[in-house]
Amino acid sequence: MGMTITEKILARAAGKRVIGPGDNVWVEVDILLTHDVCGPGTIGVFQREFGATAKVWDPSKVVIIPDHYIFTADVKAHRNVDTLRTFVAEQSLPYFYDPGTSNYKGVCHVALPAEGHVRPGEVIFGTDSHTCTHGALGAFATGIGNTDAGFIMGTGKLLIKVPKSMRFQVNGAVPPYIMGKDIILKIIGDVGFDGASYCAMEFTGEAIHQLSIEERMTICNMAIEAGGKNGIIAPDEKTFEYVRARTSKPFEAVYSDPDAVYESDRTYDAATLEPCVAEPHVPSNYALARERTHVKLDRAYIGSCTGGKITDFIAAARILKGQKVTIPTFLVPATVEVAEALIKTQLDGVSLVEIFAAAGCDDIAPPSCAACLGGPADTYGRTSGKEVVISTTNRNFPGRMGSKLSRIYLASPLTVAASAIRGHITDPREFM
Amino acid sequence: MKVIRGTVYVVKDDIDTDQIIPAEFLNLVPTIPEEYAKLGSYALCGLPASYPPFVRPGALKAEYPIIIAGRNFGCGSSREHAPVCLGAAGVKAVVAESYARIFFRNAIATGELYPFETPLRLCDIFKTGDEMEIHVEDSKIIHLPTGKSFSLKDLGAVAPVVEAGGIFPYARKAGIIK
Ligand code: SF4
Repeated sequence: MGMTITEKILARAAGKRVIGPGDNVWVEVDILLTHDVCGPGTIGVFQREFGATAKVWDPSKVVIIPDHYIFTADVKAHRNVDTLRTFVAEQSLPYFYDPGTSNYKGVCHVALPAEGHVRPGEVIFGTDSHTCTHGALGAFATGIGNTDAGFIMGTGKLLIKVPKSMRFQVNGAVPPYIMGKDIILKIIGDVGFDGASYCAMEFTGEAIHQLSIEERMTICNMAIEAGGKNGIIAPDEKTFEYVRARTSKPFEAVYSDPDAVYESDRTYDAATLEPCVAEPHVPSNYALARERTHVKLDRAYIGSCTGGKITDFIAAARILKGQKVTIPTFLVPATVEVAEALIKTQLDGVSLVEIFAAAGCDDIAPPSCAACLGGPADTYGRTSGKEVVISTTNRNFPGRMGSKLSRIYLASPLTVAASAIRGHITDPREFM
Repeated sequence: MKVIRGTVYVVKDDIDTDQIIPAEFLNLVPTIPEEYAKLGSYALCGLPASYPPFVRPGALKAEYPIIIAGRNFGCGSSREHAPVCLGAAGVKAVVAESYARIFFRNAIATGELYPFETPLRLCDIFKTGDEMEIHVEDSKIIHLPTGKSFSLKDLGAVAPVVEAGGIFPYARKAGIIK
């Protein structure tokens, strides 16, 4: 009997030839990712359990990317980054992207692959639920808590249960008005907010492979929004090109066997998909943008690991070029690399930065998680009242962007940009 | 026999980690004792105003050792602050129809609370303030005023890990780590 890509990666990491769903296996970890919110607690667990002078199992496999509470006056937030700095110095960790230095990157899930830390076939754990993003490059990647991360820091291993795999095949050609976000919101809407609990979500089909790596990341990023353990896309030439441009470390790509067994199989035709939103307060509240034009908006937000990549800003700029926004529009590039690309990238000879400024968007904010998860009271873009927001982020829970009373609609950058122009939810095809 | 007894706090479906512990309090580090206690005082403060306060203003702990919930409890982020703040607030067990995977795992890894699953939708049967008792080894919950008993799913291998206080003490006891 064949194995899925997820099962094969875990089998190899467990040193076994064959494993199946439900098996509990100890896997060797290739990368442990942490950030400023969960890093200090992870270090606390590690030192409590292994001793104050214990050394991490392999310094080259620990990657620390502070990104959550960076541009804030909050004293504890700064103390937490200092805790990371001290630990990095004590342990001589080579991969630390320190805020306030030229090495600062921004949102961990965009920086991790961009810095070459994600390779096909590897096993990645991170103290953040959106670690599932990295399955976009054919790796097994999932989120864990501080205690499990502290265990990995000391041992390099973790005991995990092999998930069942659900397959989502997206066929056909992707229309220009459809983005990765529309695909994943449709899938989450279909399976439900907990419909993929404990499962691997494997995305296949020609439409998926037509997408850029960044767009694939948007899809895998939101696997957790259906309860998935990991999201994964088999590597292809685009993956290899992306990875080889960023790291020389060897890797071995892994693919699902033709006779692999899936818990479920769903098929989509990309050509029939339409621009959509997820209504408050769960990402599975799927609705078509064109059927929600009565929803008036107070604010538009483009940013985060899901929706703050360069491809997201290019999409938004395509809609906003030569237009004016009618509601405050916040732009938060995920990383420094994305922020720089906003200046360099042009549409018909005009840079993205100029397009956004001419459209009347807010000044581009420094890269970080910002209001994607609310954060300290002085966080840029944080809601404080009953604001109705359309956002390219991944979660619309009550209070997610700050205020419990605000209402968040999730959408693709195309839909967010079109809606920012009209001031109500708008199908981007009106501007294409 | 291990018994958890007290008043219950009842919530419905999809209680996500932003409602259990809003992001503005994630600057607190669970392994620092004062901050651990502080996290308890904010437990479930992100719930909509339709719920009564879980922890009274000014208090560090809640009066509810048991939470009864619907489906998908603890969905969303991987923040361990979520089971930690509940444990810090004095919660000993959650009885939910189902859990989000990472919350379930974090509850066990930290040993903060017993994550029981109930085949019956108890969150529609009981009200906040009801007096109940959980018999951990027998996997049952009893409504004390009526004496009615409801079976819970057996925790299996999970129970000894929580009992030991989390994966580290458990792994030491079992000889998995030194
Ligand atoms: S951008 Fe948002 S979802 Fe992504 S890591 Fe930061 S807070 Fe989490």
